Amino acid sequence: MTTVEIERSMAPAAATPSRRSQRRGGLAGYVFVSGYTALLLAFGVFPTGYSFYLALTNTRGQFTGLGQFTKVISDFRFGPAFGNIAVYLVMWLLLVVVLTVVTAVILRSRVRPGLSAALRFLYYLPGALAGVASVLVWLFMLSPGVSPVTGLLRALGLSTFDQVLAPGNLPVILVLIAFWTGAGGWIVVMYGALNNIPDEVMEAARVDGAGPWRTAWSIQVPMIRKWIVYMAILAFASGTQLFVEPQLLQTASLQRVSPTWSPNQLAYVLAFQNGDFNAAAALSVFLLVLGLIVATVLVTRSGLFKVGDE
Amino acid sequence: MRSSRPPAAPRRRRRLALAAIAMAGAAAVLAGCASANDTPAASSSSGSGSSAGFTEAKQVANSPITVWTDSTRLPSVQKYAKENPGVKMNIVTFDGSADGSTYLQTKVQLFDRTGKGWPDVVFASPTDVTWASVPTNPSAQPYAAPIDKLVPSSVLSGFATGSLAPCQLAGHTYCLRNDIAQVVLWYNKTLMAKWGYQVPTTWEQYQALGEKVAKQHPGYVIGAVGDTNSQESYFWSSQCPAQQLVAPNTLKVDLSSPDCTRMANLLDPLIADKAISTQGFFTQGFNGSKVLMAVGPSWYGQYLFNSAFKTPAKQIAAAAPLTWDGQSTTYTGDVGGGVWMISSHSTNIKAATAVAEWLTTSTENLQGAPTYPAYSPGAKAWLANPVNKDYFANDVAPVFTAAANEVWTGWSNTKFSDATPWSNTVLPALTAGKSLAATLPAWQTAIVNEAKSVGYSVVTQ
Repeated sequence: MTTVEIERSMAPAAATPSRRSQRRGGLAGYVFVSGYTALLLAFGVFPTGYSFYLALTNTRGQFTGLGQFTKVISDFRFGPAFGNIAVYLVMWLLLVVVLTVVTAVILRSRVRPGLSAALRFLYYLPGALAGVASVLVWLFMLSPGVSPVTGLLRALGLSTFDQVLAPGNLPVILVLIAFWTGAGGWIVVMYGALNNIPDEVMEAARVDGAGPWRTAWSIQVPMIRKWIVYMAILAFASGTQLFVEPQLLQTASLQRVSPTWSPNQLAYVLAFQNGDFNAAAALSVFLLVLGLIVATVLVTRSGLFKVGDE
Repeated sequence: MRSSRPPAAPRRRRRLALAAIAMAGAAAVLAGCASANDTPAASSSSGSGSSAGFTEAKQVANSPITVWTDSTRLPSVQKYAKENPGVKMNIVTFDGSADGSTYLQTKVQLFDRTGKGWPDVVFASPTDVTWASVPTNPSAQPYAAPIDKLVPSSVLSGFATGSLAPCQLAGHTYCLRNDIAQVVLWYNKTLMAKWGYQVPTTWEQYQALGEKVAKQHPGYVIGAVGDTNSQESYFWSSQCPAQQLVAPNTLKVDLSSPDCTRMANLLDPLIADKAISTQGFFTQGFNGSKVLMAVGPSWYGQYLFNSAFKTPAKQIAAAAPLTWDGQSTTYTGDVGGGVWMISSHSTNIKAATAVAEWLTTSTENLQGAPTYPAYSPGAKAWLANPVNKDYFANDVAPVFTAAANEVWTGWSNTKFSDATPWSNTVLPALTAGKSLAATLPAWQTAIVNEAKSVGYSVVTQ
């Protein structure tokens, strides 16, 4: 962070909007957002609208009200799928929020800059693997016999792959995969957020006698709260949409993992096996609404999008 | 505090704020909807129209045909293509619907929506015929062409008794059976002789021998129940009414029947003694050198013992399916056995039919087929071919031929794969140490749920 940036951002907040509005109006802005907007409409807004249409109609295109939704809720796989994802989400959100923030704080304050950069690179590295590749890596890690940590698996009482994939272990395995691939990116983001805390503030804390933990808890974490909320929203959304990982585990385990473990998998089965695209759309609308509700709660509680200043 | 942000943040925040308001609004509207009154009329969207109508696509002479095959049957298809250079063929390899895969079904669902892309000829599992013979949506034509309208009935009557049953729905035949996977008793003749064991002929003897093996040669197994299709080897052979069509759309599921519990009770002590493995034979890392016996399909010989386990030749032998004490008729199970279907959308039905017919009925192809042919003259030629028998320690021909006619017909071909409830519900429970007998109720529930979700009415008596 440069001094110029600090000065500018430390300027009275009230002045900011007017200055900004004067700078607006050029075509350039629209040109820059147009590409994104077109893609968003084509691949975000239109499909969402189409799934709403499907969810409210049947295969003959007749309006069915909420019939598709009640049908989906009463499906015998609906409850288990959402139960699975709920357990997964609780573990995943706790882990990703607590561990990434703690790691970022330690990297920022307690580790030499060179080492910190190297570690951040290392943490980020698994994220470069696509979802499929990372699942394959974990299939190796978790197969007793071929795994480099076979001893550890055996010590845990897991001597066959089937035992590793017991239904009770699945949320843990999926959280491991998700954390391994996803956390590195968030550590980098959190680190960047911590960098935005002005040195003056940190110095003031030090002068006032705050130790490293006190500083972390009372200064750093509160000041990056919005980033944490932002991460929680995205982590929640990606968590509810879990698909590739359980789907691959299902194939690799020769079907010992349910083909409808997560709601997204259930939607896939409804659409492509039962041929019921309407029910699948209704299920995806459920997921959308769930994500929106959680996002709304988090946004309003945290003031994430508050413009200007309080 | 807020002022510590970089200057770009407020603009992004404002845009996001708008999005958030929009989101919140949408969420509120939806939340209102979700609690509104139910309209029960809706859920009638499952395509259950059963018209046998078949409108040929406009035929284009000599148009290329696309053939989807599994890798096992690929050489046969390639051979046909080589011998018939006049036929333009695109050959595509896919998983062949093995192990309950739904790849083909998924793709056809999409082709039905886009109106193009169907393979002209496809290798599939019998389960696929149940959905392929009906429309996947109200405006679609069933994917599979009724083969009885394309192939002379004299050809169809050449297939082994009952082997076309999975192909027959609503009075038409929708597929040609490729191979039969009749369940027999496999054993390692060398080991049996070395240890002085008699080959069992009844399930009771099988159990007694298993107990003996567990004591005298711990580590050796006389079977495995952990594969996706182990239930077809054991419970099908036991005539367990796990999925028996009693009317066109009514399925009988009764795992409390004595025909089911007798098998569960027979296997449970063997599982406890580790004489029967809860892992699958096809599980990565299964030790094939410790297999004394296996109850399984005719293709276990080449595919499990020869290819997967690499057991040396002249050790493995096949014996007739096991019977129950006091039961005069022998029944056995069937594990897989593929079919060929012809697309009703093909623009060159003539060429497509010719390929499918050649693959399933020509002696030239069948005598060297990888698995036991369903077409009887082909099976005879196959059994006469030394290549198919040289590996074994005894003559498998009489065993295979007899077992092919003993497949119990009460285990119906259903719209759902029987692998799903077995693998998801029963196998994890067995791995966790529960007994089969204790898992039957959960298995029952899982089958009933699957059946109802694809539109069957279920009876338990």
